[in-house]
Amino acid sequence: MTTKTHSTKAKASMKSPLTFLWVIGVLAVIAVPFTTPSIQLLFNFAMAKGLAVLGVTVLLRAGQVSFGHALYFGIAAYAGAFLMASMPAADFFVVLIVGVAGAVLAGLFVGLFVVRYRGIFFGMLNLAFSMIFWSILEKFYHYTGGADGIRFARPTVLGQVLTHGQFEMMLYYSVVVLMVVLGWFTQRWFASPIGQLFQTIKTNETRLEYLGISPRRALLSGYLLSAALCGVGGVMMGMAQGVVTPEYVWWVRSAEMVFIAVLGGAGSVHGAFLGALIYEVVRTYASVYAGDIWQMILGGFLLIIILFAPGGLIGILESLFRRGSGKEGARK
Amino acid sequence: MSDVLLETRNLVIKFGGVTAADNVSLKIHAGRNLAIIGPNGAGKTTFLNICTGWLKPSNGQVLFEGQDVTPLPPRKIVDRGVARAFQIPQLFTEHTALENLLISVSARDKLRNPLMDMHRIPERDEMLHLLDMVGCADVADTLVVELSEGQRKLIDIAVALALKPRLLLMDEPTSGVASSEKHSIMEILIGALKEANVTSVFVEHDMGIVENYADEVAVWNSGNVQLRGSPAEILEHPDVIRDVIGEVV
Repeated sequence: MTTKTHSTKAKASMKSPLTFLWVIGVLAVIAVPFTTPSIQLLFNFAMAKGLAVLGVTVLLRAGQVSFGHALYFGIAAYAGAFLMASMPAADFFVVLIVGVAGAVLAGLFVGLFVVRYRGIFFGMLNLAFSMIFWSILEKFYHYTGGADGIRFARPTVLGQVLTHGQFEMMLYYSVVVLMVVLGWFTQRWFASPIGQLFQTIKTNETRLEYLGISPRRALLSGYLLSAALCGVGGVMMGMAQGVVTPEYVWWVRSAEMVFIAVLGGAGSVHGAFLGALIYEVVRTYASVYAGDIWQMILGGFLLIIILFAPGGLIGILESLFRRGSGKEGARK
Repeated sequence: MSDVLLETRNLVIKFGGVTAADNVSLKIHAGRNLAIIGPNGAGKTTFLNICTGWLKPSNGQVLFEGQDVTPLPPRKIVDRGVARAFQIPQLFTEHTALENLLISVSARDKLRNPLMDMHRIPERDEMLHLLDMVGCADVADTLVVELSEGQRKLIDIAVALALKPRLLLMDEPTSGVASSEKHSIMEILIGALKEANVTSVFVEHDMGIVENYADEVAVWNSGNVQLRGSPAEILEHPDVIRDVIGEVV
Protein backbone atom coordinates (compact mmCIF):
# COMPACT_ATOMS: atom_id res chain seq x y z
CA MET A 1 0.00 0.00 0.00
CA THR A 2 1.12 3.54 -0.61
CA THR A 3 3.30 5.04 2.06
CA LYS A 4 1.91 8.00 3.87
CA THR A 5 4.28 10.71 2.80
CA HIS A 6 1.92 13.63 2.78
CA SER A 7 3.52 17.04 2.94
CA THR A 8 1.43 18.08 5.93
CA LYS A 9 3.35 15.58 8.03
CA ALA A 10 6.66 17.15 7.14
CA LYS A 11 5.21 20.60 7.62
CA ALA A 12 3.67 19.71 10.96
CA SER A 13 7.01 18.44 12.22
CA MET A 14 8.63 21.83 11.65
CA LYS A 15 5.62 23.89 12.58
CA SER A 16 6.83 24.39 16.13
CA PRO A 17 10.32 25.73 15.36
CA LEU A 18 8.95 27.91 12.56
CA THR A 19 6.17 29.22 14.79
CA PHE A 20 8.77 29.93 17.44
CA LEU A 21 10.85 31.75 14.86
CA TRP A 22 7.87 33.86 13.84
CA VAL A 23 7.12 34.77 17.43
CA ILE A 24 10.75 35.88 17.83
CA GLY A 25 10.48 37.79 14.55
CA VAL A 26 7.33 39.62 15.59
CA LEU A 27 8.85 40.48 18.97
CA ALA A 28 11.93 41.83 17.19
CA VAL A 29 9.71 43.93 14.93
CA ILE A 30 7.84 45.24 17.98
CA ALA A 31 11.15 46.26 19.55
CA VAL A 32 12.43 48.15 16.49
CA PRO A 33 11.14 51.66 17.48
CA PHE A 34 13.10 51.38 20.73
CA THR A 35 16.19 49.49 19.62
CA THR A 36 16.81 50.85 16.11
CA PRO A 37 14.43 53.76 15.45
CA SER A 38 16.34 54.66 12.27
CA ILE A 39 14.80 51.68 10.49
CA GLN A 40 11.29 52.10 11.89
CA LEU A 41 9.96 53.74 8.73
CA LEU A 42 11.64 51.14 6.56
CA PHE A 43 9.93 48.38 8.53
CA ASN A 44 6.63 50.26 8.35
CA PHE A 45 6.86 50.40 4.56
CA ALA A 46 7.88 46.74 4.40
CA MET A 47 4.92 45.58 6.48
CA ALA A 48 2.44 47.73 4.54
CA LYS A 49 3.85 46.32 1.33
CA GLY A 50 3.77 42.84 2.88
CA LEU A 51 0.02 43.19 3.45
CA ALA A 52 -0.46 43.98 -0.23
CA VAL A 53 1.81 41.10 -1.22
CA LEU A 54 -0.34 38.87 0.95
CA GLY A 55 -3.22 39.77 -1.37
CA VAL A 56 -1.19 38.63 -4.38
CA THR A 57 -0.21 35.51 -2.44
CA VAL A 58 -3.87 34.59 -1.97
CA LEU A 59 -4.34 34.49 -5.74
CA LEU A 60 -1.16 32.47 -6.22
CA ARG A 61 -2.76 29.75 -4.09
CA ALA A 62 -5.35 29.38 -6.85
CA GLY A 63 -2.62 29.35 -9.49
CA GLN A 64 -3.47 32.84 -10.72
CA VAL A 65 -1.00 35.69 -11.08
CA SER A 66 -2.28 39.25 -11.17
CA PHE A 67 -0.08 41.87 -12.79
CA GLY A 68 -2.43 44.66 -11.75
CA HIS A 69 -3.10 44.34 -8.05
CA ALA A 70 -1.48 47.69 -7.36
CA LEU A 71 -4.88 48.94 -8.50
CA TYR A 72 -6.37 48.09 -5.10
CA PHE A 73 -3.31 49.35 -3.30
CA GLY A 74 -3.79 52.69 -5.05
CA ILE A 75 -7.58 52.89 -4.87
CA ALA A 76 -7.54 52.36 -1.11
CA ALA A 77 -4.78 54.91 -0.64
CA TYR A 78 -6.55 57.50 -2.81
CA ALA A 79 -9.88 56.79 -1.09
CA GLY A 80 -8.23 57.50 2.26
CA ALA A 81 -6.48 60.61 0.94
CA PHE A 82 -9.70 61.97 -0.60
CA LEU A 83 -11.54 61.34 2.65
CA MET A 84 -8.90 63.25 4.59
CA ALA A 85 -9.05 66.08 2.08
CA SER A 86 -12.82 66.41 2.46
CA MET A 87 -13.04 65.56 6.19
CA PRO A 88 -9.81 66.67 7.87
CA ALA A 89 -10.99 65.45 11.28
CA ALA A 90 -11.71 61.92 10.07
CA ASP A 91 -10.61 59.14 12.37
CA PHE A 92 -7.81 56.70 11.54
CA PHE A 93 -10.14 53.71 11.72
CA VAL A 94 -12.73 55.39 9.49
CA VAL A 95 -10.01 56.15 6.94
CA LEU A 96 -8.85 52.54 7.06
CA ILE A 97 -12.37 51.20 6.62
CA VAL A 98 -13.22 53.61 3.79
CA GLY A 99 -9.97 52.79 1.99
CA VAL A 100 -10.50 49.05 2.26
CA ALA A 101 -14.17 49.40 1.27
CA GLY A 102 -13.03 51.28 -1.84
CA ALA A 103 -10.63 48.47 -2.70
CA VAL A 104 -13.26 45.78 -2.13
CA LEU A 105 -15.86 47.60 -4.23
CA ALA A 106 -13.35 48.03 -7.04
CA GLY A 107 -12.40 44.37 -6.57
CA LEU A 108 -16.02 43.36 -6.99
CA PHE A 109 -16.40 45.48 -10.13
CA VAL A 110 -13.20 44.24 -11.77
CA GLY A 111 -13.44 40.76 -10.27
CA LEU A 112 -16.84 40.00 -11.79
CA PHE A 113 -15.17 40.47 -15.16
CA VAL A 114 -11.70 38.97 -14.71
CA VAL A 115 -12.78 35.77 -12.91
CA ARG A 116 -14.00 34.54 -16.28
CA TYR A 117 -10.39 34.26 -17.40
CA ARG A 118 -7.37 32.25 -16.34
CA GLY A 119 -3.62 32.33 -16.68
CA ILE A 120 -2.06 35.01 -18.83
CA PHE A 121 -5.45 36.54 -19.71
CA PHE A 122 -6.31 36.92 -16.04
CA GLY A 123 -2.95 38.52 -15.34
CA MET A 124 -3.06 40.93 -18.28
CA LEU A 125 -6.67 41.98 -17.74
CA ASN A 126 -5.80 42.97 -14.21
CA LEU A 127 -2.88 44.93 -15.60
CA ALA A 128 -5.21 46.65 -18.09
CA PHE A 129 -7.59 47.79 -15.34
CA SER A 130 -4.74 49.11 -13.22
CA MET A 131 -3.34 51.06 -16.16
CA ILE A 132 -6.75 52.57 -16.93
CA PHE A 133 -6.93 53.80 -13.36
CA TRP A 134 -3.36 55.07 -13.57
CA SER A 135 -4.30 57.10 -16.67
CA ILE A 136 -7.30 58.56 -14.85
CA LEU A 137 -5.08 59.59 -11.95
CA GLU A 138 -2.55 61.15 -14.32
CA LYS A 139 -5.02 63.00 -16.55
CA PHE A 140 -7.64 64.28 -14.10
CA TYR A 141 -5.13 66.65 -12.62
CA HIS A 142 -7.64 68.98 -10.92
CA TYR A 143 -9.05 66.14 -8.87
CA THR A 144 -6.11 63.83 -8.40
CA GLY A 145 -3.13 66.15 -8.51
CA GLY A 146 -1.79 64.34 -11.57
CA ALA A 147 1.70 62.96 -11.33
CA ASP A 148 2.33 64.96 -8.15
CA GLY A 149 -0.46 63.09 -6.38
CA ILE A 150 -2.33 64.36 -3.35
CA ARG A 151 -1.43 64.81 0.26
CA PHE A 152 -2.61 62.17 2.69
CA ALA A 153 -3.26 64.28 5.78
CA ARG A 154 -2.75 62.79 9.19
CA PRO A 155 -6.05 61.53 10.62
CA THR A 156 -7.10 61.78 14.24
CA VAL A 157 -6.99 58.66 16.38
CA LEU A 158 -10.05 58.05 18.55
CA GLY A 159 -10.67 61.79 18.60
CA GLN A 160 -7.09 62.66 19.53
CA VAL A 161 -4.83 64.81 17.35
CA LEU A 162 -1.40 63.18 17.53
CA THR A 163 1.98 64.76 16.93
CA HIS A 164 4.08 63.50 14.05
CA GLY A 165 6.13 61.22 16.31
CA GLN A 166 3.09 59.86 18.15
CA PHE A 167 1.30 59.22 14.91
CA GLU A 168 4.28 57.39 13.41
CA MET A 169 4.47 55.21 16.50
CA MET A 170 0.73 54.49 16.42
CA LEU A 171 0.91 53.74 12.70
CA TYR A 172 3.84 51.39 13.20
CA TYR A 173 2.12 49.32 15.85
CA SER A 174 -1.14 49.36 13.90
CA VAL A 175 0.58 47.82 10.91
CA VAL A 176 2.22 45.24 13.19
CA VAL A 177 -1.21 44.30 14.58
CA LEU A 178 -2.69 44.18 11.08
CA MET A 179 0.18 41.99 9.90
CA VAL A 180 -0.35 39.50 12.73
CA VAL A 181 -4.16 39.51 12.64
CA LEU A 182 -4.58 39.45 8.85
CA GLY A 183 -1.74 36.96 8.47
CA TRP A 184 -3.47 34.67 10.97
CA PHE A 185 -6.84 35.22 9.31
CA THR A 186 -5.46 34.42 5.86
CA GLN A 187 -3.82 31.23 7.16
CA ARG A 188 -7.13 30.23 8.68
CA TRP A 189 -8.98 31.13 5.50
CA PHE A 190 -6.63 28.91 3.48
CA ALA A 191 -7.38 25.98 5.83
CA SER A 192 -11.15 26.59 5.80
CA PRO A 193 -13.61 24.93 3.41
CA ILE A 194 -14.11 28.18 1.49
CA GLY A 195 -10.35 28.65 1.18
CA GLN A 196 -9.82 25.04 0.15
CA LEU A 197 -12.49 25.31 -2.54
CA PHE A 198 -10.79 28.48 -3.77
CA GLN A 199 -7.43 26.71 -3.99
CA THR A 200 -8.85 23.82 -6.02
CA ILE A 201 -9.13 26.23 -8.96
CA LYS A 202 -5.44 25.56 -9.41
CA THR A 203 -5.87 21.81 -9.83
CA ASN A 204 -9.34 20.90 -11.10
CA GLU A 205 -12.13 23.26 -12.05
CA THR A 206 -14.07 20.48 -13.75
CA ARG A 207 -14.44 18.59 -10.48
CA LEU A 208 -15.28 21.83 -8.69
CA GLU A 209 -18.17 22.42 -11.09
CA TYR A 210 -19.28 18.82 -10.51
CA LEU A 211 -19.34 19.43 -6.79
CA GLY A 212 -22.02 22.03 -7.34
CA ILE A 213 -19.67 25.00 -6.94
CA SER A 214 -19.19 27.77 -9.46
CA PRO A 215 -15.44 28.14 -10.10
CA ARG A 216 -16.00 31.80 -10.91
CA ARG A 217 -17.67 32.45 -7.58
CA ALA A 218 -14.95 30.51 -5.79
CA LEU A 219 -12.30 32.63 -7.52
CA LEU A 220 -14.25 35.81 -6.79
CA SER A 221 -14.25 35.05 -3.06
CA GLY A 222 -10.45 34.91 -3.03
CA TYR A 223 -10.20 37.86 -5.39
CA LEU A 224 -12.16 40.05 -2.99
CA LEU A 225 -9.98 38.94 -0.09
CA SER A 226 -6.88 39.76 -2.12
CA ALA A 227 -8.27 43.19 -3.04
CA ALA A 228 -9.07 43.90 0.62
CA LEU A 229 -5.56 42.92 1.72
CA CYS A 230 -3.98 45.09 -0.98
CA GLY A 231 -6.31 47.87 0.17
CA VAL A 232 -5.16 47.60 3.77
CA GLY A 233 -1.55 47.76 2.59
CA GLY A 234 -2.30 50.78 0.39
CA VAL A 235 -3.98 52.82 3.14
CA MET A 236 -1.21 52.06 5.60
CA MET A 237 1.45 52.98 3.04
CA GLY A 238 -0.39 56.19 2.14
CA MET A 239 -0.59 57.25 5.76
CA ALA A 240 3.07 56.36 6.34
CA GLN A 241 4.25 58.35 3.32
CA GLY A 242 1.79 61.23 3.73
CA VAL A 243 1.29 61.51 0.01
CA VAL A 244 -0.35 59.34 -2.64
CA THR A 245 0.77 59.42 -6.26
CA PRO A 246 -0.19 57.52 -9.43
CA GLU A 247 2.98 55.52 -8.88
CA TYR A 248 0.89 53.54 -6.37
CA VAL A 249 -0.97 51.88 -9.24
CA TRP A 250 1.84 51.92 -11.81
CA TRP A 251 2.48 48.50 -13.34
CA VAL A 252 5.93 48.32 -11.80
CA ARG A 253 4.28 48.35 -8.37
CA SER A 254 2.15 45.36 -9.38
CA ALA A 255 5.17 43.53 -10.73
CA GLU A 256 7.02 44.35 -7.51
CA MET A 257 4.24 42.62 -5.52
CA VAL A 258 4.53 39.48 -7.63
CA PHE A 259 8.33 39.68 -7.35
CA ILE A 260 8.14 39.85 -3.55
CA ALA A 261 5.58 37.04 -3.38
CA VAL A 262 7.90 34.76 -5.37
CA LEU A 263 10.92 35.90 -3.40
CA GLY A 264 9.23 35.14 -0.08
CA GLY A 265 7.76 31.84 -1.25
CA ALA A 266 4.83 31.76 -3.64
CA GLY A 267 1.66 31.04 -1.71
CA SER A 268 3.20 31.52 1.73
CA VAL A 269 1.66 33.96 4.22
CA HIS A 270 4.88 34.30 6.19
CA GLY A 271 6.82 34.55 2.96
CA ALA A 272 4.83 37.62 1.93
CA PHE A 273 6.08 39.57 4.95
CA LEU A 274 9.57 38.10 5.00
CA GLY A 275 9.92 38.78 1.28
CA ALA A 276 8.68 42.35 1.69
CA LEU A 277 11.15 42.99 4.49
CA ILE A 278 14.13 41.55 2.62
CA TYR A 279 13.07 43.38 -0.53
CA GLU A 280 12.82 46.73 1.23
CA VAL A 281 16.13 46.25 3.01
CA VAL A 282 17.95 45.22 -0.17
CA ARG A 283 16.27 47.97 -2.18
CA THR A 284 17.03 50.67 0.36
CA TYR A 285 20.63 49.76 1.05
CA ALA A 286 21.46 48.73 -2.49
CA SER A 287 20.18 52.09 -3.76
CA VAL A 288 22.32 53.85 -1.16
CA TYR A 289 25.50 51.87 -1.73
CA ALA A 290 25.12 50.64 -5.29
CA GLY A 291 23.55 53.66 -6.98
CA ASP A 292 21.88 52.81 -10.24
CA ILE A 293 22.50 49.07 -10.19
CA TRP A 294 20.22 48.18 -7.30
CA GLN A 295 17.61 46.79 -9.68
CA MET A 296 20.28 44.51 -11.13
CA ILE A 297 21.17 43.31 -7.65
CA LEU A 298 17.52 42.59 -6.90
CA GLY A 299 17.08 40.85 -10.25
CA GLY A 300 20.13 38.69 -9.60
CA PHE A 301 18.83 37.90 -6.14
CA LEU A 302 15.49 36.73 -7.57
CA LEU A 303 17.27 34.72 -10.26
CA ILE A 304 19.25 32.87 -7.61
CA ILE A 305 16.08 32.22 -5.61
CA ILE A 306 14.17 30.86 -8.61
CA LEU A 307 17.07 28.68 -9.77
CA PHE A 308 18.22 27.32 -6.45
CA ALA A 309 15.30 27.79 -4.06
CA PRO A 310 12.00 27.74 -5.95
CA GLY A 311 10.21 27.64 -2.61
CA GLY A 312 11.52 31.14 -1.93
CA LEU A 313 12.92 32.35 1.37
CA ILE A 314 10.33 30.31 3.26
CA GLY A 315 11.37 27.24 1.31
CA ILE A 316 14.98 27.82 2.38
CA LEU A 317 13.91 28.17 6.01
CA GLU A 318 11.78 25.03 5.86
CA SER A 319 14.62 23.14 4.25
CA LEU A 320 17.00 24.25 7.00
CA PHE A 321 14.55 23.15 9.69
CA ARG A 322 14.00 19.81 7.97
CA ARG A 323 17.72 19.26 7.79
CA GLY A 324 18.08 20.30 11.41
CA SER A 325 15.40 17.88 12.56
CA GLY A 326 16.70 15.04 10.36
CA LYS A 327 13.66 15.09 8.07
CA GLU A 328 15.57 15.76 4.90
CA GLY A 329 14.11 12.67 3.33
CA ALA A 330 10.60 13.87 3.78
CA ARG A 331 9.04 15.12 0.61
CA LYS A 332 8.11 18.77 0.47
CA MET B 1 -41.11 -1.09 -12.65
CA SER B 2 -39.74 1.49 -10.20
CA ASP B 3 -40.01 5.26 -10.55
CA VAL B 4 -38.28 7.02 -13.40
CA LEU B 5 -35.38 9.03 -12.01
CA LEU B 6 -33.89 10.43 -15.18
CA GLU B 7 -35.47 10.64 -18.58
CA THR B 8 -34.14 11.91 -21.86
CA ARG B 9 -36.43 12.85 -24.72
CA ASN B 10 -35.26 13.03 -28.31
CA LEU B 11 -31.75 14.26 -27.54
CA VAL B 12 -29.82 15.46 -30.55
CA ILE B 13 -26.26 16.77 -30.66
CA LYS B 14 -23.86 17.02 -33.56
CA PHE B 15 -20.13 17.71 -33.72
CA GLY B 16 -19.45 18.90 -37.25
CA GLY B 17 -20.74 16.15 -39.46
CA VAL B 18 -20.89 13.56 -36.68
CA THR B 19 -24.16 12.96 -34.88
CA ALA B 20 -23.16 11.95 -31.35
CA ALA B 21 -26.71 11.82 -30.04
CA ASP B 22 -29.37 10.96 -32.56
CA ASN B 23 -32.81 11.36 -31.07
CA VAL B 24 -31.95 9.57 -27.82
CA SER B 25 -34.92 8.77 -25.59
CA LEU B 26 -34.18 6.77 -22.48
CA LYS B 27 -35.61 6.24 -19.02
CA ILE B 28 -33.46 5.41 -16.01
CA HIS B 29 -35.33 3.79 -13.14
CA ALA B 30 -34.58 4.33 -9.47
CA GLY B 31 -32.66 1.61 -7.67
CA ARG B 32 -31.19 0.01 -10.80
CA ASN B 33 -27.64 -0.20 -12.12
CA LEU B 34 -27.73 0.50 -15.83
CA ALA B 35 -24.68 -0.37 -17.94
CA ILE B 36 -24.11 1.40 -21.23
CA ILE B 37 -22.04 -0.51 -23.76
CA GLY B 38 -21.13 0.11 -27.36
CA PRO B 39 -18.20 0.64 -29.73
CA ASN B 40 -15.86 3.62 -29.38
CA GLY B 41 -17.39 6.80 -30.77
CA ALA B 42 -20.95 5.55 -30.33
CA GLY B 43 -21.85 8.55 -28.15
CA LYS B 44 -21.83 6.99 -24.69
CA THR B 45 -19.74 9.66 -22.96
CA THR B 46 -21.59 12.37 -24.88
CA PHE B 47 -24.80 11.04 -23.38
CA LEU B 48 -23.35 11.39 -19.86
CA ASN B 49 -22.09 14.87 -20.70
CA ILE B 50 -25.56 15.93 -21.84
CA CYS B 51 -27.29 14.42 -18.80
CA THR B 52 -24.96 16.30 -16.46
CA GLY B 53 -25.24 19.63 -18.29
CA TRP B 54 -21.69 19.73 -19.65
CA LEU B 55 -22.99 19.66 -23.22
CA LYS B 56 -26.23 21.25 -24.38
CA PRO B 57 -28.26 19.32 -26.95
CA SER B 58 -29.45 21.11 -30.07
CA ASN B 59 -32.77 19.39 -29.55
CA GLY B 60 -34.48 17.37 -26.84
CA GLN B 61 -34.83 17.41 -23.08
CA VAL B 62 -33.27 15.93 -19.98
CA LEU B 63 -35.69 15.47 -17.08
CA PHE B 64 -34.57 14.60 -13.58
CA GLU B 65 -37.40 13.54 -11.29
CA GLY B 66 -39.78 15.02 -13.83
CA GLN B 67 -38.09 18.45 -13.84
CA ASP B 68 -36.47 19.79 -17.00
CA VAL B 69 -32.77 20.26 -16.26
CA THR B 70 -31.61 20.67 -19.88
CA PRO B 71 -30.59 24.34 -19.67
CA LEU B 72 -28.93 24.04 -16.26
CA PRO B 73 -25.12 24.08 -15.80
CA PRO B 74 -23.54 20.98 -14.21
CA ARG B 75 -23.39 22.54 -10.72
CA LYS B 76 -27.15 23.12 -10.71
CA ILE B 77 -27.80 19.57 -11.82
CA VAL B 78 -25.48 18.35 -9.08
CA ASP B 79 -27.62 20.31 -6.60
CA ARG B 80 -30.65 18.34 -7.81
CA GLY B 81 -28.97 15.02 -6.93
CA VAL B 82 -26.95 13.89 -9.96
CA ALA B 83 -23.24 13.16 -9.44
CA ARG B 84 -20.55 12.18 -11.90
CA ALA B 85 -17.42 10.02 -11.83
CA PHE B 86 -15.02 10.23 -14.73
CA GLN B 87 -13.04 7.92 -16.97
CA ILE B 88 -9.93 9.84 -15.94
CA PRO B 89 -10.44 10.54 -12.23
CA GLN B 90 -11.07 14.23 -11.63
CA LEU B 91 -9.47 14.83 -8.27
CA PHE B 92 -7.72 17.68 -6.50
CA THR B 93 -4.16 16.53 -7.00
CA GLU B 94 -2.57 18.68 -4.32
CA HIS B 95 -4.86 17.20 -1.68
CA THR B 96 -5.06 13.89 0.12
CA ALA B 97 -7.82 11.33 -0.39
CA LEU B 98 -9.60 12.45 2.76
CA GLU B 99 -9.23 16.13 1.87
CA ASN B 100 -10.82 15.47 -1.51
CA LEU B 101 -13.86 14.09 0.30
CA LEU B 102 -13.89 16.90 2.86
CA ILE B 103 -13.90 19.43 0.04
CA SER B 104 -16.75 17.55 -1.58
CA VAL B 105 -18.84 17.42 1.58
CA SER B 106 -18.15 21.10 2.24
CA ALA B 107 -19.50 21.84 -1.21
CA ARG B 108 -22.52 19.62 -0.54
CA ASP B 109 -23.31 21.51 2.65
CA LYS B 110 -22.91 24.81 0.82
CA LEU B 111 -20.12 25.91 3.12
CA ARG B 112 -22.12 25.63 6.33
CA ASN B 113 -18.86 26.12 8.26
CA PRO B 114 -17.03 28.45 5.87
CA LEU B 115 -14.21 29.52 8.18
CA MET B 116 -13.78 26.40 10.30
CA ASP B 117 -10.61 24.37 9.77
CA MET B 118 -11.68 21.90 7.09
CA HIS B 119 -10.16 19.00 9.01
CA ARG B 120 -12.41 19.77 11.97
CA ILE B 121 -15.77 19.93 10.23
CA PRO B 122 -18.41 17.67 11.80
CA GLU B 123 -18.66 15.54 8.64
CA ARG B 124 -15.09 14.27 8.95
CA ASP B 125 -16.15 10.96 10.50
CA GLU B 126 -18.81 10.49 7.82
CA MET B 127 -16.11 10.94 5.16
CA LEU B 128 -13.76 8.50 6.90
CA HIS B 129 -16.61 5.99 6.86
CA LEU B 130 -17.14 6.63 3.16
CA LEU B 131 -13.44 6.06 2.51
CA ASP B 132 -13.74 2.83 4.45
CA MET B 133 -16.79 1.88 2.41
CA VAL B 134 -14.81 2.16 -0.84
CA GLY B 135 -11.87 0.32 0.69
CA CYS B 136 -9.52 3.30 0.87
CA ALA B 137 -9.45 4.06 4.59
CA ASP B 138 -5.77 3.22 4.81
CA VAL B 139 -4.80 5.84 2.23
CA ALA B 140 -6.87 8.65 3.75
CA ASP B 141 -3.80 10.82 4.38
CA THR B 142 -2.05 10.06 1.11
CA LEU B 143 -1.89 12.56 -1.71
CA VAL B 144 -4.12 11.29 -4.50
CA VAL B 145 -1.28 11.57 -7.04
CA GLU B 146 0.54 8.88 -5.10
CA LEU B 147 -2.34 6.40 -5.36
CA SER B 148 -2.79 3.63 -7.92
CA GLU B 149 -5.21 4.15 -10.81
CA GLY B 150 -7.71 1.81 -9.16
CA GLN B 151 -7.57 3.72 -5.89
CA ARG B 152 -7.95 7.03 -7.69
CA LYS B 153 -11.04 5.66 -9.45
CA LEU B 154 -12.54 4.67 -6.12
CA ILE B 155 -11.71 8.05 -4.57
CA ASP B 156 -13.27 9.76 -7.58
CA ILE B 157 -16.44 7.76 -7.00
CA ALA B 158 -16.29 8.43 -3.25
CA VAL B 159 -16.02 12.16 -3.97
CA ALA B 160 -19.20 11.87 -6.01
CA LEU B 161 -20.91 9.77 -3.32
CA ALA B 162 -19.98 12.36 -0.67
CA LEU B 163 -22.50 14.61 -2.37
CA LYS B 164 -25.22 12.12 -1.39
CA PRO B 165 -26.59 11.91 -4.93
CA ARG B 166 -29.65 9.96 -5.96
CA LEU B 167 -28.11 9.19 -9.33
CA LEU B 168 -24.44 8.51 -10.07
CA LEU B 169 -23.16 8.53 -13.64
CA MET B 170 -19.83 6.79 -14.11
CA ASP B 171 -17.67 6.72 -17.20
CA GLU B 172 -15.73 3.46 -17.40
CA PRO B 173 -15.19 2.91 -13.68
CA THR B 174 -12.75 0.06 -14.32
CA SER B 175 -10.78 1.37 -17.29
CA GLY B 176 -7.06 1.64 -16.67
CA VAL B 177 -7.38 -0.73 -13.75
CA ALA B 178 -5.48 -4.02 -13.69
CA SER B 179 -7.69 -6.96 -14.69
CA SER B 180 -7.07 -8.58 -11.33
CA GLU B 181 -8.46 -5.50 -9.55
CA LYS B 182 -11.52 -4.89 -11.71
CA HIS B 183 -13.93 -7.25 -10.00
CA SER B 184 -12.84 -6.31 -6.50
CA ILE B 185 -13.33 -2.64 -7.35
CA MET B 186 -16.80 -3.33 -8.72
CA GLU B 187 -17.71 -5.40 -5.65
CA ILE B 188 -16.72 -2.48 -3.44
CA LEU B 189 -18.46 -0.01 -5.70
CA ILE B 190 -21.76 -1.82 -6.01
CA GLY B 191 -21.75 -2.46 -2.27
CA ALA B 192 -21.20 1.24 -1.60
CA LEU B 193 -23.97 2.21 -4.01
CA LYS B 194 -26.39 -0.16 -2.33
CA GLU B 195 -25.48 1.10 1.12
CA ALA B 196 -25.96 4.69 0.01
CA ASN B 197 -29.14 3.79 -1.92
CA VAL B 198 -27.84 5.34 -5.14
CA THR B 199 -29.04 4.55 -8.66
CA SER B 200 -26.19 4.25 -11.14
CA VAL B 201 -25.45 4.43 -14.83
CA PHE B 202 -22.03 3.26 -15.94
CA VAL B 203 -20.34 3.12 -19.29
CA GLU B 204 -18.33 -0.10 -19.55
CA HIS B 205 -16.30 -2.03 -22.10
CA ASP B 206 -15.63 -5.12 -20.00
CA MET B 207 -18.50 -7.53 -20.64
CA GLY B 208 -17.57 -9.59 -17.59
CA ILE B 209 -18.22 -6.55 -15.44
CA VAL B 210 -21.48 -5.82 -17.25
CA GLU B 211 -22.67 -9.39 -16.85
CA ASN B 212 -21.93 -9.49 -13.13
CA TYR B 213 -22.84 -6.05 -11.89
CA ALA B 214 -25.49 -4.48 -14.14
CA ASP B 215 -29.24 -4.89 -13.63
CA GLU B 216 -29.90 -3.63 -17.15
CA VAL B 217 -27.85 -2.98 -20.26
CA ALA B 218 -28.34 -0.37 -22.98
CA VAL B 219 -26.42 -0.85 -26.20
CA TRP B 220 -25.28 2.33 -27.91
CA ASN B 221 -24.59 2.55 -31.59
CA SER B 222 -24.23 5.56 -33.90
CA GLY B 223 -25.49 7.97 -31.28
CA ASN B 224 -28.56 6.08 -30.16
CA VAL B 225 -29.82 3.18 -28.06
CA GLN B 226 -29.79 0.14 -30.27
CA LEU B 227 -30.99 -2.41 -27.72
CA ARG B 228 -31.96 -2.56 -24.09
CA GLY B 229 -32.51 -5.50 -21.79
CA SER B 230 -31.11 -7.70 -19.08
CA PRO B 231 -27.38 -8.59 -19.25
CA ALA B 232 -28.22 -12.16 -20.23
CA GLU B 233 -30.44 -11.06 -23.13
CA ILE B 234 -28.11 -8.40 -24.39
CA LEU B 235 -24.82 -10.25 -24.18
CA GLU B 236 -26.19 -13.15 -26.19
CA HIS B 237 -27.76 -10.98 -28.86
CA PRO B 238 -26.08 -11.58 -32.26
CA ASP B 239 -25.89 -7.86 -33.10
CA VAL B 240 -24.15 -7.14 -29.82
CA ILE B 241 -21.73 -10.01 -30.32
CA ARG B 242 -20.95 -8.74 -33.83
CA ASP B 243 -20.81 -4.97 -33.18
CA VAL B 244 -19.69 -4.68 -29.58
CA ILE B 245 -18.07 -7.85 -28.34
CA GLY B 246 -16.44 -8.46 -31.70
CA GLU B 247 -16.87 -12.21 -32.14
CA VAL B 248 -17.95 -13.78 -35.40
CA VAL B 249 -21.47 -15.17 -35.21
